[in-house]
Amino acid sequence: MKKNIYLDHASTTPTDPRVVKAMEPYWTKYYGNPSSLYQLGLQSKNAITLARVKISQLLDCQADELIFTGGGTESINLALKGVLQKNPGAHFITSSIEHHAVLHTADTLKKLGHSVSILPVDDQGFIRLEDIEKAIKDNTKLISIMIANNEIGVIQDIQKIGALIEKINRERIAKGLPIIYFHTDACQAGGTLDLNVKKLHVDLLTINGSKVYGPKGVGALYMKTGTNLGPIIDGGGQEKNIRSGTENVPGIVGLATALELAHQSQTKENARLIKLRDKLIKEILAIIPKTRLNGHPSQRLPNNVNISILDIEGEAMLLYLDEIGIQASTGSACTSTTLDPSHVIRALGCPYEVAHGSMRFTLGKATTEDDIDYVIKHLPKIVDHLRHASPVRVDMDEVAKAIKNAPRQIIEL
Amino acid sequence: MTTKKKISAASAVDVVPKGTNDVWVYTDIVKEHFFHPKNLVMDASAMKGYDGLGMVGSPACGDMMKIWIKVDKKDDRLQEMKWQTFGCGSAIAATSMLSVMVTENGGMKIAQALSIKPQDITKRLGDLPTRKIHCSVLGDKALRSAINNYFIKSHQKDRVVKEQVRIIDKAANVTDHDIEEAVLEGAQTLEAVQKKTKVGVGNPEVIPEVEQLIRFYTEKYFG
Repeated sequence: MKKNIYLDHASTTPTDPRVVKAMEPYWTKYYGNPSSLYQLGLQSKNAITLARVKISQLLDCQADELIFTGGGTESINLALKGVLQKNPGAHFITSSIEHHAVLHTADTLKKLGHSVSILPVDDQGFIRLEDIEKAIKDNTKLISIMIANNEIGVIQDIQKIGALIEKINRERIAKGLPIIYFHTDACQAGGTLDLNVKKLHVDLLTINGSKVYGPKGVGALYMKTGTNLGPIIDGGGQEKNIRSGTENVPGIVGLATALELAHQSQTKENARLIKLRDKLIKEILAIIPKTRLNGHPSQRLPNNVNISILDIEGEAMLLYLDEIGIQASTGSACTSTTLDPSHVIRALGCPYEVAHGSMRFTLGKATTEDDIDYVIKHLPKIVDHLRHASPVRVDMDEVAKAIKNAPRQIIEL
Repeated sequence: MTTKKKISAASAVDVVPKGTNDVWVYTDIVKEHFFHPKNLVMDASAMKGYDGLGMVGSPACGDMMKIWIKVDKKDDRLQEMKWQTFGCGSAIAATSMLSVMVTENGGMKIAQALSIKPQDITKRLGDLPTRKIHCSVLGDKALRSAINNYFIKSHQKDRVVKEQVRIIDKAANVTDHDIEEAVLEGAQTLEAVQKKTKVGVGNPEVIPEVEQLIRFYTEKYFG
């Protein structure tokens, strides 16, 4: 039988059968509109309330501080556009390695008359605290920095950044300046990291279902009490008038179940994934010459491996891997809609050719050591074949030099 | 007992929407040339006795192509075309197909080989996803570069074909070639081309000509 090794869990995860089971009654049995006052409506409403309580316990927040949305992208759009629509002409700060949901929203905010600063990262993907301080202006209203990156898995010290912003806010209040809200995109971290909003010192936090073995198309925004934010979808006034539209009851039940299940097995599963992750990284770097790990070796998501394999192109690798049953992802321009290679790998200071040859393997619950061994056995052969067919010989020293000399400046949109 | 062939749910979904070829589906011919490339050079150091060598692209832009040719001088036909590429599936398949096209049936006349267009290759491949046409345009350029190299080496300098380049916007130093590249990379509006090239941003009087070129190249590659 043909192998089927799915190593693209950062893209999306399969829905856990227990999640599907929990959602099941809400399609045909308890189908009522939560806004209706009769029994059927109340059953739906109760299901949402229960889900809200479950998730709020995981985040250590109040149940009414959660707004359910149609996925992570919508939650991010709501946080950014929702805050800034209340503050015309205000300033927004984010980082160069954010998901497109943040960066493309930043472009839109710019068009709407806001100003935007984009922070650089160091060669391992970390945002430097001094850059945040440098970027803040009198009219800064919102900072958005992801807790864990989807491409290179790097985990930012959100706790430290949040504490810094809190300190700055105390000074700003004394000076009569507007306080700054802090948002973090935690879509990639929902299953693996501690998302205690009090410990993280965040005002806004985005999670979603499709990366945590939950359903696609459902997410949530944690919104600290007192955060002044307007709706981006108007209508019947559901979700405290912040997100109108009849609630996705099965989706919300699924999201809560998925997060709860992930939390139960978190410590054990993380340890297992880290062992497999580190084996894959170590073996690829040892067996295949001219390779480079993108991101930090240990401050990364337990399931994320991102390695640039020089002199060859990612999509070609991807197609060969798919042929032998390995499904992974690449930062090559050839799989993007814009024909630009990964902005995240580029932000590390890597030249274009390093981004074109980047491969991402993201492990999951079903990944076994046999799967990792299978990749380690076959990837070198594919690389060897493509390298023989390639006229390119990139100089590793030149790459190292380029990364070292990369301009790491704050970009003002 | 008869068994009905079952179509899996996944393959039933994998359908090309009507009226669009903007999908990530490679044809069987593309796959065949990708997984079993013809005339591919696996060891460049062993390449000796060729008549022309051409190289275009760069790894930074995601595609780089190297082509070796042997020429039947008496008949002015291509005898062999060997190649290497740094590129994606489409680039590999397109170059492989090009090498077959110019060497089949006793080899193509040089004059004819010089006029091969990217669409001729994609047609033989049974079409490429729109976004991937960009990846197939290096092969014919590398081939022309190899043929030019043969002309120079064989003292036929008068036959060298220059790639025409015309400056459109002096201030921004943008040529018609830059606009062609921008269109190939998917920019099909003035705004999108300006984002990539800055053409006409400081020189609005060139914009009508730029718009004409965008239309021309859009039709050439996507029409």
